[in-house]
Amino acid sequence: MTAGLLLGVVVQGVMTGLVYGLMALGLSVIFGVIRVVNFAHGEFAVLAMYAAWVAFTQWGVDPIVAALPISAGCFVLGFGLQRWLVSPFVGRAEHEQFILLAGVAMVLVNLLLMGFGPDARPVNLPYALDSYEIGPVILDKARLVAAAVAFGLTGGVIGFFRFTRTGTAIRACADNLLGAAVVGLDVKQLYALTFGIGLACVGAAGAMLVTISDASPVLAHGFTLQGFIIVIIGGLGSLAGALLGGVLIGVCEALAGFLWQPSMKSLFSFLLLVAVLALRPQGLLGKRP
Amino acid sequence: MSGLTRRGLAAGAATLAMPAIVRAQAPVLKVGLLLPKSGYLAQAGQSCHRGALVAPKVLADFGMRIEIMDVDFESNVDMARTQAERVINAGAHCIVGPFESGAALAIAQVTEQRKIPFVINIGAAPQITEQGYQYLVRNFPTGGQLVTNGLALIKDLLAATGAQPKTAVFVHANDTFGTAQRGAMDALYPRAGLPVELLDKIAYDPKAQDLSVEVTKIRALNPDVLLVVTRSADAIKLFRDMVRQRYTPKAIISPGSPGMYDEEFYQGLGPLADYAITNLPWANFNAPMTKALEAAYTPANPRYRFAAECFNAGFTFEALLVAADAHKRAGTTDGEALMKAVRATNLAEHVMTGGPITFDAKGQNPNIVSACVQNRNRTPTVVLPVAAATEKPVLPMPGWQGRS
Repeated sequence: MTAGLLLGVVVQGVMTGLVYGLMALGLSVIFGVIRVVNFAHGEFAVLAMYAAWVAFTQWGVDPIVAALPISAGCFVLGFGLQRWLVSPFVGRAEHEQFILLAGVAMVLVNLLLMGFGPDARPVNLPYALDSYEIGPVILDKARLVAAAVAFGLTGGVIGFFRFTRTGTAIRACADNLLGAAVVGLDVKQLYALTFGIGLACVGAAGAMLVTISDASPVLAHGFTLQGFIIVIIGGLGSLAGALLGGVLIGVCEALAGFLWQPSMKSLFSFLLLVAVLALRPQGLLGKRP
Repeated sequence: MSGLTRRGLAAGAATLAMPAIVRAQAPVLKVGLLLPKSGYLAQAGQSCHRGALVAPKVLADFGMRIEIMDVDFESNVDMARTQAERVINAGAHCIVGPFESGAALAIAQVTEQRKIPFVINIGAAPQITEQGYQYLVRNFPTGGQLVTNGLALIKDLLAATGAQPKTAVFVHANDTFGTAQRGAMDALYPRAGLPVELLDKIAYDPKAQDLSVEVTKIRALNPDVLLVVTRSADAIKLFRDMVRQRYTPKAIISPGSPGMYDEEFYQGLGPLADYAITNLPWANFNAPMTKALEAAYTPANPRYRFAAECFNAGFTFEALLVAADAHKRAGTTDGEALMKAVRATNLAEHVMTGGPITFDAKGQNPNIVSACVQNRNRTPTVVLPVAAATEKPVLPMPGWQGRS
């Protein structure tokens, strides 16, 4: 084993982690503001993967380009879902929210199975198998592009929440719901916007994930679980934390797989999760309740 | 005087005896078909299912009648157990399935308890037939048989091509099947007499989203031969990452596993799927029953090639054949009598390669043989043994670049 190989593994982990981070960002946004845990998170990511697959196979659109319209579609879907389905459950018992979104997840994954079947659907991009060799490090082109776009989009979402009036209003709802309502903010509308933004992030991540992994309904459950691990490590509700959590999980899994057995990658993710919960329960960048 | 007459009594007695009469006639055998039609094994489960769907028609042509009760166990072992209970309660006379060894072990507990015959179509873990189950038979090689036959064919392959690889790495999924294959490799590889040093054994999670780290680890060892035990989705990921990381082994050989002959694999990889080799039992295309199955399969599944599906479809059909043949001979659906007939099976006419379908005291068919199947022009092609080969093997395989 050489230092070059090890460096390559770390770089791969960072690139994969950035895309995971973008996917988990949606979960963090929704929970951080609405306090609803989206158990259909992975299913929406897979839905976006299929949308990217359809765009590519029917019209030849590169998934990186398709990420924008898919993201917009997911925003509309999220907005509608919050407005007409999730909204009555906000503030109700957590198990009721869980059942609702777990039900949505089941419906989605079975619709995908009925529509597309169980076979994995590949997007055979012309550059899907290209790679760059920089010294001892081999960088996979599709992953590099996906990671760069994920990084840029995450920055954009963080910027939106920090520097725009709507973003500030949404943060106000998250910080003090009663206060936000008292000053006249349309909380229902802002919640719907937030759910829409959350799903837009998932949509973009899904479109980029299809360049790394074939679309298949089987992936959904794993994505949801991974999303939870990432946001808990990064800090529930923290946007930068989601990105950090994604990168940490990506690197941790890559190193564990390389230095020990690859089949033990998930074990190390969970060990990291346990360590964070034991030492810093609010997550690495989360606020104390 | 009451209205009770001798004629009325006779009619009453006949009515009471009706269920027994109906049961004795048992015109149709109800087969609970348990397959993973969703979940991570869905691709293979649905492939098996396509073979099963045409079986009633083909079997009817051979004078056997069955009715399939279709059940999806969602690639979930616990679900397999509960669905087996459910389908037996719904009236299944025997169980066929389940493609996956872990599920087979779970279903076996139920069928043993309920005294219902269980015919395994695909499932190689040795322990399935080592636990003394009386209501179970397996028409599929054990992991040990698969690996023994697979390694022997590698030896034949090296002799036939003159290739002299020096090193190998064994990569396998860490599910029940993959782990059983690993156990068989641990026991059998040192005794196989192959002139190839096994550098490492790498286990991976078949549900992993990518296998780039696994490939980096393989690349670090740089073996001449990659021995693999995969499913199709993870085999695709493995190949893509090998291309991206510019690692080209001289050969990629499965000593007996699914994955590299599935339609999904060809669709996902195109020309990169070519030259991969799988050593496993294959359809005997010269057998009349194989021809009958293919003739029924092709119009029913226009989107799928029988040549690529014959492994899953063939073994599933044969499991149904075993059940239907036993039912025909037993003339009853009673579990005990049916199982006795299943154990006495001796079917010379069937679909897959090998001798007649029979079962030993443990319920294992010992007569299944493997063939060396190499992907050529995106079609699984028998290249060894010479008697069954339609093309000559190619080894070392050409590089990834420039394939079309």
